[in-house]
Amino acid sequence: MTTKLFGEPVRRREDARLIIGQGRYLDDIGSGAYEAAFVRSPYAHARVLDIDVSAAMDVEGLLAIYTYEDLTGPLAEPLPVLIPHPQLTSPRTGYPLVKDVAQHVGEPIVMVVATDRYIAEDAAGLIEISYEELPVVVGVDAAEAAEHTVHDDVPDNVAARHHQETGDVEAALAASAHTLSFTQYFERSASMPMEGKGVHARWDDADSSLRVYSSTQASTSVRAAIAAKLELSMEKVEVIAPDVGGGFGVKIVHPWPEELLVPMAARLLGHEVKWTEDRREHFISSAHERQQRQEITVGYDDDGRITALDVLVWHDNGAYTPYGIIVPINTATQLCGPYDIPVYRARVNSVYTNTVIVTPYRGAGRPQGTFAMERTMDRIAQERGIDRALVRERNLIQPDQFPYDWGLTFQDGRPLIYDSGDYPAMMAKLKVLVDWDGFAERRAAAEARGKLLGIGMAPYVEGTGPGPYEGAHVQVLGSGKVLVSTGLTSQGQGHETVFAQLAAAELGVPLEDVEVTTGDTRRFGYAVGTFASRAAVVSGNAVALAARGVKEKALRIAAEVLEADPADLEIDEGLVQVKGTPGASIPLRTVAVLSNPLRYAFDEAARQATQFSGPGDDSKPPVAVGDAPGLEHTDYYSPLRSTFASGAHAVVVEIDPATWEIAIEQYAVVHDCGTIINPMIVEGQVHGGVAQGVGGALYERMAYDRDGQLTNASFMDFLMPYASEVPDVDIDHQSTPSPLNELGIKGAGEAGVIPGSAAIASAIEDAVGRRIAAMPISPTELYDLVRSDAERVTNSSPHDSGAMA
Amino acid sequence: MKPAPFGYADPTSVDEALDVLTAEGEGAKVLAGGQSLLPLLSMRLAAPTTLVDINRVPGLDQISVGRDGVRVGALVRHAQLLASTEAAGVQPLLCRATANVAHPAIRNRGTTVGSIAHADPSGEMTAVLALTDGSVTVATPDGRETIGWGDFFLGPLETSVHGPAVVLDVFFPALPERSGTAFAEISRRKGDYAVCGAGVVVTLDADRRVSSARAAYLSVGLVPEVHDLTDAVVGQPVDSADWAAAGELARGKVDPDGDLHASADYRRLLVATLTARTLADAGAEAARRTA
Repeated sequence: MTTKLFGEPVRRREDARLIIGQGRYLDDIGSGAYEAAFVRSPYAHARVLDIDVSAAMDVEGLLAIYTYEDLTGPLAEPLPVLIPHPQLTSPRTGYPLVKDVAQHVGEPIVMVVATDRYIAEDAAGLIEISYEELPVVVGVDAAEAAEHTVHDDVPDNVAARHHQETGDVEAALAASAHTLSFTQYFERSASMPMEGKGVHARWDDADSSLRVYSSTQASTSVRAAIAAKLELSMEKVEVIAPDVGGGFGVKIVHPWPEELLVPMAARLLGHEVKWTEDRREHFISSAHERQQRQEITVGYDDDGRITALDVLVWHDNGAYTPYGIIVPINTATQLCGPYDIPVYRARVNSVYTNTVIVTPYRGAGRPQGTFAMERTMDRIAQERGIDRALVRERNLIQPDQFPYDWGLTFQDGRPLIYDSGDYPAMMAKLKVLVDWDGFAERRAAAEARGKLLGIGMAPYVEGTGPGPYEGAHVQVLGSGKVLVSTGLTSQGQGHETVFAQLAAAELGVPLEDVEVTTGDTRRFGYAVGTFASRAAVVSGNAVALAARGVKEKALRIAAEVLEADPADLEIDEGLVQVKGTPGASIPLRTVAVLSNPLRYAFDEAARQATQFSGPGDDSKPPVAVGDAPGLEHTDYYSPLRSTFASGAHAVVVEIDPATWEIAIEQYAVVHDCGTIINPMIVEGQVHGGVAQGVGGALYERMAYDRDGQLTNASFMDFLMPYASEVPDVDIDHQSTPSPLNELGIKGAGEAGVIPGSAAIASAIEDAVGRRIAAMPISPTELYDLVRSDAERVTNSSPHDSGAMA
Repeated sequence: MKPAPFGYADPTSVDEALDVLTAEGEGAKVLAGGQSLLPLLSMRLAAPTTLVDINRVPGLDQISVGRDGVRVGALVRHAQLLASTEAAGVQPLLCRATANVAHPAIRNRGTTVGSIAHADPSGEMTAVLALTDGSVTVATPDGRETIGWGDFFLGPLETSVHGPAVVLDVFFPALPERSGTAFAEISRRKGDYAVCGAGVVVTLDADRRVSSARAAYLSVGLVPEVHDLTDAVVGQPVDSADWAAAGELARGKVDPDGDLHASADYRRLLVATLTARTLADAGAEAARRTA
């Protein structure tokens, strides 16, 4: 890379538009559209006996009511299992509208379309459904007990038994000097984007084509799903992700029932139809994540080095498994983090419950895995009387062990091989950043103020940038404007900025000349989607490759004009010039004009490319054989394997023993995502992730009661942290470039959230001296804990261990 | 999350408002700031036939401050009361409690009278009205009536006002001589409904000994509660009063419920802690005012 754009903290170009209200979100589209509302199951498990719509039929403005009976062809079949897996032996998915049995509160049963949403809700309220209530399964313990079943034909409630191991763990445990076994719980949370889901569809009857806007993380795949389910040819379906107000994973799932039903209704009614999810709908009918029970057995030696690790996880996948077992695989394969564990076995039983489906939410199984691993490290430290940082350091994979091949299979189906990293240096940076070794003084000072101070840490490793591929198209227009498009979508990450940085740097043009489009199937048809911290890695490399292709062509054309060797040319600030020869240059925009031989001059610039504009080479056709008109290039990047980013968080909490309020005094992050395109955006990603990590650790939970009712399905009772609850974050970067891609990039999107609960649990445990075996934890729960017979724990200070390096 | 159909009236006088309320009967609801009512409508937990919007009624947006206390009109926004140094000078609890009401956007729109008429036991101003022994002025077709706080609050979201009525204003009596106040609450997130809150008034005698200590709590009962804690500290010099004992006395007097965010036991702990802390602050203020 030659220009200074790569690696610079360029300000986000999209922010001005989004901040001043000029964003175009789903609900901003289609002001004249009919609107849909849904009647959703009020019961967690119930057979639908009868649907009486007669009272609703009289509502003025009602246009249509659809039930399962109205679905035809593939729409009447179950929704797809998006990611099949041989160990997903009992996959189950719902129907776009309940066919027979509702499996969770919120499952859609009836779709109502009216002239506006108010009227649609009025009519929905008049529809009477009679149910036969069925026994309800809530929580992993009830699912495992299988006293009742979610799906009749899955008698043990187990969707999948995911099993991976690197050796004979039972023998290794038997041979270990010490072993420990314990059980712990992790509660549900959810992505909770500011903008919920939403779909707008417009059917063109004359053209028999459909344009769909969806607040999605995967527009190309939504397009394929709609085409298949509505039996349309792919080229008759366009899907566009407009500005999307956050995704965090929930919008990678598709097709949501509404993504099929809204286009269906638009086609049947011959009119635009829109559905905008409201917050209650988002709580009870989108997706959650995170609940697990973890049974851990670890073997270790006198120095606290792990000799064997065996985990059995009961994972709550909710009512259905449309997204396969990606979350269980992530927990199983990412649990060990940065540690060199000789023998490891993971067994994850993914079980059905009568609750909202569980699909990836930022972190996607890794926060739970990290919680398992890091709580294990703390226990070993306490058992052996060793400083918690030192136990971790003794177990780290060393820099000379890369590539580190686990002998496991990652969530992309490829071997789990860590590409690069420097974990000892990362831990050293973290200890400095949080002043780990000087903590005793801080604790004493807090005690003098009547407060309990505790410190905790948690490193992690995150597989990022999985394939199969992404592509990009880069085109230089005669105006000099550079158009960049890639098929994956944006939900606020800053893609408009970083992809522009990459293209501008490769091409040698000013950043302001570059325009970026994402997630629009009209512009780019082949894509996978935005998830798993992959956009910068996969689309980023594709953009760089496509820009490089454009540059090659530009230099070739310019070389003819300038009568120079392409190798002697460079592009700087949009000017193609002979290196070291001032004045011998041609603007890139002129090269773009010349690249497309014209018959018709529609403007001044185009005149240069017409047939009588100057002497041509009559011995060759205007467009050479094998060449194409225009200054554009499409290219793809398909990674061999995932790249592995890493990081380490440390937290200091202050607890008031008169109220048991938990305040975060300090939050320190060392972060390594390889080569950084834009450090400001990486820091923003880390900040946002930390906010969600704090939320998951101290505030958020899905409070299902025994009947499967979600009792806190609003922002009044589901406590997403405000800015006032999110700490300042001290960040230190480290960069170990990935050897797997030319740019050296690893993903950064999810990192910040992963170790939050592990580090915060460690810090609270350190402050109050009681074992924390479940997260999240609130002040009222902490008060209960300290008054209970929970195990008392003591941590060694660094100086007690007598083994500091 | 869209309201059911409702009628709308925007009268320009109290009499006109009462006419509409009379004509519409029980289904009509008064709309002032809308910070509690509109979410209830959107969730279809309330479906009034008509909203009687009093925002165009002149004269209801006044704060009148006298030596005897502060009268707050029905259209006075929380933010307006929070900013009134005059009101704070006569009854400091008004400013101290209002600062704890939700977030700035809600304080800019929501009204003090509205939150009292809503009778939510987790409301800051219901507790302050009780603690200051305040009253409510209600207009009905039969005339105007002043109702003491104890007769006004009947239960959660329930007052003694029935039939066509508009709450015109509330009156908060002035802080007595040689007295100090404090207000504190604990919420899960800043600006949330309090898990527990306490407002207190401490009054001293001329020798700077405690003669009265009273506290009101929010989110611990079905209606605002005022507890007299004087017994725990009566006659004690303010600088060495055993405020923790008063906190323990309060802990024994309250009977809170548990919910998702706090167990009953935890609420009792917070009652003890907040009582001791606020009494200490109020005692210090009373001492300054008894110099």
